Amino acid sequence: MAKRIDVSGLTAYYGSHKAIEDISMTVEPRSVTAFIGPSGCGKSTFLRTLNRMHEVTPGGRVEGKVLLDDENLYASSIDPVAVRRTVGMVFQRPNPFPTMSIYDNVAAGLRLNGSYRKSELSEIVEKSLKGANLWNEVKDRLNKPGSGLSGGQQQRLCIARAIAVEPDVLLMDEPCSALDPISTLAIEDLIGELKERFTIVIVTHNMQQAARVSDRTAFFNLAAVGEPGKLIEIDETERIFSNPSVQATEDYISGRFG
Amino acid sequence: MSHAATTPRPKSLKTARLPRGSAWGIALLSVLLGSGIGLLAGLGNKVQWGLLAALLFVVITYTAAAAVEGRRQARDRVATSVIWVTFVLAVIPLASLLYETVKRGAKVFDGYFLGHSMGVVADTEPGGGIYHAIIGTLEQVGLATVMSVPLGLLTAIYLVEYGRGRLAKAVTFFVDVMTGVPSIVAGLFVLSFWILILGFDFSGFAGSLALSILMIPVIVRSTEEMLKLVPNELREASLALGVPKWRTILKVVVPTSIGGITTGVMLAVARITGETAPVLLLVWGNSFINTNPFEGEQASLPLYIYQQYANSSGEGAAYDRAWAASLALIAFVMILNLVARGIARWKAPQSGR
Repeated sequence: MAKRIDVSGLTAYYGSHKAIEDISMTVEPRSVTAFIGPSGCGKSTFLRTLNRMHEVTPGGRVEGKVLLDDENLYASSIDPVAVRRTVGMVFQRPNPFPTMSIYDNVAAGLRLNGSYRKSELSEIVEKSLKGANLWNEVKDRLNKPGSGLSGGQQQRLCIARAIAVEPDVLLMDEPCSALDPISTLAIEDLIGELKERFTIVIVTHNMQQAARVSDRTAFFNLAAVGEPGKLIEIDETERIFSNPSVQATEDYISGRFG
Repeated sequence: MSHAATTPRPKSLKTARLPRGSAWGIALLSVLLGSGIGLLAGLGNKVQWGLLAALLFVVITYTAAAAVEGRRQARDRVATSVIWVTFVLAVIPLASLLYETVKRGAKVFDGYFLGHSMGVVADTEPGGGIYHAIIGTLEQVGLATVMSVPLGLLTAIYLVEYGRGRLAKAVTFFVDVMTGVPSIVAGLFVLSFWILILGFDFSGFAGSLALSILMIPVIVRSTEEMLKLVPNELREASLALGVPKWRTILKVVVPTSIGGITTGVMLAVARITGETAPVLLLVWGNSFINTNPFEGEQASLPLYIYQQYANSSGEGAAYDRAWAASLALIAFVMILNLVARGIARWKAPQSGR
């Protein structure tokens, strides 16, 4: 289950444009790590390199190492499809499959990866929906399309879909930015429960959210527009928000930016 | 405020408006005026009356609106009325075509007509029917569809999901060129290649080869557009679940756009159903029933229409049969379109709660 991520010397490109440069960090298992930083500093790009989704973008290219419990994700013998099964992802905008029902959405990852027995499948679907705190709201309408749910419910449906394949790590790319405060709270509570089982990395623009949900926080910044983003520091969340070791972090957090 | 000086503010939000329904009144008035002027000036052609009425409609709308509501509203109303007039002008020929075909075609259009061939009926005699032509059309179009749909779909999937660089550009270019190939050229190509060089006989299959040349680019184009409409987020969501790319395409991308793809395929089918030139060159036509599309000459509906009309001198039994066959062809295409719309609606992603 939950695995440690060890990144060293990671640089990512879009074509010839260097988006992030020389990032090294360690993400502990069964913990929540938050990425904060201004827009365009490469948080999402870095997140996407952790499950080899970066290379899906045309021109996307990565140098450096990402170790998942001693296994380098960018070694030549590694199958990116297998990596993505191990490292799941939740996106900024809820994106349930529009042709599928709620049930099929949750079962999608398993079904599209191989055949499962029906009883086994419904068990996993129920477990995942309960894990995403959505079961009570949708148990009577599992056969209705997933796109009929509210935004917050859709996002929890996407989380259920991601945890149904039992990944070791869960990446979340601003999962609450399209949601109202109540749905946000529901998802933050959920993150607190999920960290018992998964390693969680979350990108957020909401500093209070980072402070509320994460154990460790990483601050990213870029020198100027067009320059690659860099990791400024990573530390215990408490320290980052009370007594960061770099001046830029303090400026960003306290709003004295630039 | 500095721009208060440049744009005068209206004193009140209320302005004078033309009464509701005045557009209908003006339309009626201009039709009456148009016919009146046409009658007085002795214009023999009713089309001229109609054009006159359309012109009057636009002019009267402008004058009335300018007098009552002001110039900006008048321009707005003119734009609206021009759109309405062009819409009516576009619909009139379509409606009239349908009306004429039904009126003339209904004369001999019955069960007997649909169930018999022209086997022992001379072109000048009454009787006979289009059974052999329906079979021919169904088989030729069916074979062409079976050949073109997989090719077209796979090409479109390649272009949208995999195609990068030169090869994709070349394929797109040739698809565009093929879209513009006249049907007679497609027919001549198959004639020279399949029949003259490879030495096969005239047959329904030769015809469907030419038809699929016409069909493939249409399918590629429409499928490509539909696949491009699928949001990238869905592909990423599926890939991030650890689903291989090919399964993502098969289970997520194509099902999401299947409604539009089906519509595109049906429109392509409708388009080639009415093709006469390649069938004339490659299938030859036949007044007897030939159910084997791979051997011997066959009939087909558009070819039947052409031949009946060509042998009719504008009246008599053959002339009536040509119109009835046209009615059958239009009905066939219309049914296909309805089926396509049904499938599109049934398969479209649901948004209901």
